[in-house]
Amino acid sequence: MTSRVPLLFSTCCLLAASAFFPYAGRAQESPYIVTYDHYLEEPGNLEVEYFSTFGTQRGGNDFHAFWTELEYGATAWWTTELYLDGQTTFHDSTIFTGLRFENRIRPLKREHFINPILYVEYERKNGADKILKEVEGHDVESDFLVPNAEARKEHINELEFKLILSSTVKGWNFAENIIASKNLSNQPWEFGYALGASRPLALKASAKRCSFCRENFIAGVEMYGGLGDRYSFGLNNTSRYLAPVVAWNLPSDWTLRLSPGFGLNGNSHAFLLRWGVSREITSFGSAVSRLFRGRT
Amino acid sequence: MKESIIALSVMATLLGASLALGQHEKPAAHNYKADVFVYAELAKAPDKARAKRNPMENDPDAVAAGQNLFGQHCSECHGNSGYGTQKAPSLRAEQVQSAAPGAIFWILTNGVVRRGMPVWSKLPEPQRWQLVSFIKSLGVAPETSEKKPD
Repeated sequence: MTSRVPLLFSTCCLLAASAFFPYAGRAQESPYIVTYDHYLEEPGNLEVEYFSTFGTQRGGNDFHAFWTELEYGATAWWTTELYLDGQTTFHDSTIFTGLRFENRIRPLKREHFINPILYVEYERKNGADKILKEVEGHDVESDFLVPNAEARKEHINELEFKLILSSTVKGWNFAENIIASKNLSNQPWEFGYALGASRPLALKASAKRCSFCRENFIAGVEMYGGLGDRYSFGLNNTSRYLAPVVAWNLPSDWTLRLSPGFGLNGNSHAFLLRWGVSREITSFGSAVSRLFRGRT
Repeated sequence: MKESIIALSVMATLLGASLALGQHEKPAAHNYKADVFVYAELAKAPDKARAKRNPMENDPDAVAAGQNLFGQHCSECHGNSGYGTQKAPSLRAEQVQSAAPGAIFWILTNGVVRRGMPVWSKLPEPQRWQLVSFIKSLGVAPETSEKKPD
């Protein structure tokens, strides 16, 4: 039962979001699944997200990894987020693989040509984690060949830091993420990168609300991979991926994302299919505050 | 083990602080002085930004499109009719309505991040100008300090 915690939890959260928060705000979400841009969650809003990754595995069983994100805008310059991860390896088992807690902070007050965001994340996961939310160090496809029963015995406590650089020019967003992570069990620093570019299909909004208007669709591409570790920095023996991405921001407050990804070398999974669904709940912080303080 | 306990403690502290700060930012009562600070941001718009003309000003659909965008992204804080709420100031105030369209566009682009207004540069430029068209169409309310219920 606990193995399906992220799936059940995200389903419950999304249903609760629909039932108890009918006045959700319409999101203008980026299509990226791996790359971060410099836009934070609006203050007081909670975004409930569910993501899946189906991956092929040479020499082993294909897998379906899934995770739930609860993203809260603490202030206009600080977003905090909790993840619950799990995975199913076909012909093996379904297991809960861990949790992550991340914070993104905007250090500059105004928009600039390049906007930095500081990112810090704590991960408490096991060795069977397959969500591939980021690729770092010498992560390669063959790491996933270990059966779940064995892999889950390895416990990983990791701190991850990212420098997110992002620009928006004439409707195009360009984002670059530089990743440095440290396994707290005396492992070397590992490095990685993620790059993304995206643009709405139309820049002007329509005068009428519509689901299929071009401005509701944002398309782009992202590329991500490892950069080795402190002792062997570089592209040798690393995996890398190229993935077109598309997001559909529905007027009914939901966002759908789809991204087929392709491994670019022999160390990478040949194919990853990712999809996600999310809903933004406006004024969540105020609603929770009212629950505990009475009406203000 | 020790490192993970330290890391968990740091993260738990951050989580607590974020919730506390989030609640702190929720205004329990409307603070008009805060509005003054936010309106003062309009004056900080550089001359170059202020001088920009609204390319949508002759677009007959701009106000309607801006109204849609306002409902989707702005009304939560500024109220459905732009009179303001406890979270954010009125957009029908003299300071806003007499401001240059370029200054309002500049505020939309840059936000007032330290006072709770996020940057809206994720909306493409034409959409931000459509919002400016709608905001300017609201006009000045007779009593901007007295919020009308939305």
